[in-house]
Amino acid sequence: MQGKRKMNGHTILLLITVGLFIVLYAGGCIAYGSKGFSHLQTFLNILITNAGLICVTCGLTIVMLTAGIDISVGALIAMDCMILAVGMRSGMNAVVMVLIVLVIGIAFGTFQGFLVGYLQIQPFIVTMAGMFFCRGMTAVICTEQVSITQQTSALFYAWANAKINIPFGGYINNKGKYMTPYIRPSVVIALLILVFTFIMLRHTKLGRSFYAIGGSEQSAAMMGLNTKKVKMRAYMLSSILCSIGAVCYCLNTMAGSVSQALGLEMDAISSSVIGGTLLTGGVGNVIGSFFGVLINGTISSIVKTNGKLASSWPNILTAALLFVFIVIQSVFAMLRNRRK
Amino acid sequence: MNKNSTWARIKAWPLFLPVLSLILVMAVNIVHDVYIGANPFSFFMITLRETTGNGTILYGRIIDILNRGSEVAILAIGMTLVVSSSAGTDISVGSVMSLCASFCCMLLAGYGVSSTSELARPLFVGVLGGILLGVLCGMFNGTLVAYFRIQPMVATLILFSAARAIGLLLCNDLIVYVRNGTFGIFGSYLGIIPTPVIIAAVCIAVVAVLLKKTALGMYIQSVGINDKASRIAGLNSRRIIFLTYTICGLFAGIAGIVASSRITSADSNNIGLYFEMDAILAVALGGNSLGGGKFNLAGSIIGAYTIQAITTTLYALGVASTQAPVFKAIIVIIIVSIQSEPVKNWFKKRNLAKQTKGVA
Repeated sequence: MQGKRKMNGHTILLLITVGLFIVLYAGGCIAYGSKGFSHLQTFLNILITNAGLICVTCGLTIVMLTAGIDISVGALIAMDCMILAVGMRSGMNAVVMVLIVLVIGIAFGTFQGFLVGYLQIQPFIVTMAGMFFCRGMTAVICTEQVSITQQTSALFYAWANAKINIPFGGYINNKGKYMTPYIRPSVVIALLILVFTFIMLRHTKLGRSFYAIGGSEQSAAMMGLNTKKVKMRAYMLSSILCSIGAVCYCLNTMAGSVSQALGLEMDAISSSVIGGTLLTGGVGNVIGSFFGVLINGTISSIVKTNGKLASSWPNILTAALLFVFIVIQSVFAMLRNRRK
Repeated sequence: MNKNSTWARIKAWPLFLPVLSLILVMAVNIVHDVYIGANPFSFFMITLRETTGNGTILYGRIIDILNRGSEVAILAIGMTLVVSSSAGTDISVGSVMSLCASFCCMLLAGYGVSSTSELARPLFVGVLGGILLGVLCGMFNGTLVAYFRIQPMVATLILFSAARAIGLLLCNDLIVYVRNGTFGIFGSYLGIIPTPVIIAAVCIAVVAVLLKKTALGMYIQSVGINDKASRIAGLNSRRIIFLTYTICGLFAGIAGIVASSRITSADSNNIGLYFEMDAILAVALGGNSLGGGKFNLAGSIIGAYTIQAITTTLYALGVASTQAPVFKAIIVIIIVSIQSEPVKNWFKKRNLAKQTKGVA
């Protein structure tokens, strides 16, 4: 009975998140329907722009489930994009470069995980150092902006511009031409990652261990879990997913620069928190995080469609939402404690 | 044997690690100076210099470090208290700095004005307004952490992302320049000494006296060590946590004014960028546990100046400002690894093994 009631609290939070997304999106459709907000493509564009963020948020959710934090993700993306751009400029194959980036992600994540798991250093400090390291490394590789064009890598360019058409939801534009809605390959990657993470967290031993460690590290250790190893794996996964996210991100921006993805880690954290993940660990779900990303995306999309609002409004609105959500969460937590 | 115990006593000194890292940084400087053939002690040289804008001023690398490190040192005071009382960090200080700077410049220049040499309001209104806004931000964070019991990082994440954006709104998306000598005083020189150094010294002194003369320091530590036990012992632990966040906001406000006065403008996008990281780093470098509880203010402040010394040294070595973070990261990882429990235990075990071998 206890377990069921607990589940209910979190399901309600998830439902609030989903509901809020629907309300926001419907509001956008009603207010800016004439500007094309109600087309399916607007929604798909949100997915396309945020494909990288979805991957990163999945990884961050895993780390947050173990009561940790990874603020190195934004800088890691910048470094990965720079490596991709510089590598391809020097004539390397796109596939090789993607593999190199993934290997770098694994190595970086393993090192961070080792420091957090085995040396027991606070995750915030470790990943902050990771952030400084990646951001600085990006500048060491190249200080100026390097863009990827068709000349530098035809294959990567083809990936970035590939359209996957969707057979429904099209509309006829002003010129009378039928516009087929489409997504980019990065969206497919992001959604696959999302499904993979969801199944991994739900149905595998490793996934359950993340929840167990976040719930109570001591109990998990007593249960016989190798907490150090599991923690290390969480950071490894986060960095790998972040590197995959970096490839998706690079497919969108087609460039590498030092100031890329600045503050992306905070977008990912706020998405996770809006999606119902607790920073204290043990509670959370990637589906919630996904909707968190969508909510952030919808807000910036609405502000962009409006066109008159100052560019700082998305930040303020997201922060306001975050405020509302964490207050709701804390009220829920207080009620639950009182009931006990 | 006797020598050994002196060494052990030095190692047990709480400021051992921060001071050691500061000495290491200085050693690197001396080695570099010898290498390039300069006077080996040019790092420590302080001279009087004539400048065109500020008259005669103190000049030297140490003065520069003390001057540039003031903001982080001021922030580190508040951050130490926050970390100690709530076992969490206030990641909003950098953004709050920017917001306070924007508000102050907006008050001084008037809304929507991008550059002015005439003050729209008296100087103290702007400065007090900026600092008060900092206090308000601190109270907001404090309410969330203390009374809503939200994890500090999440609670301060709100202002982290909102404050800078609100600052931009206040400035109407402009960089507001206040080209007035009286406003620039907080970031330039008072007599021969840089004003930020004086402001930092005053802040440190006030807090040090407060902690020495009242029981506040003890209260904060006891709340940090065990929240529940302190409450049962009769402390209003919620109010103490709230207070530490308010103090942190106050110092963020002061640091914001100093930073904005240094460039006599409110550059919302760049003021205080990554300062929260530096402030947290200063606390960690100072040998304080980020897990809350006991704290050592002197350590944090030495930590803050160590960070600035590292940065200045790197620039002196010819490292570009965008590349400097790599070295910062490596230094941080080495320092915190040495401090970590498993490594400490490993050293202890090795020492023990050595001793038993000696006895046998």
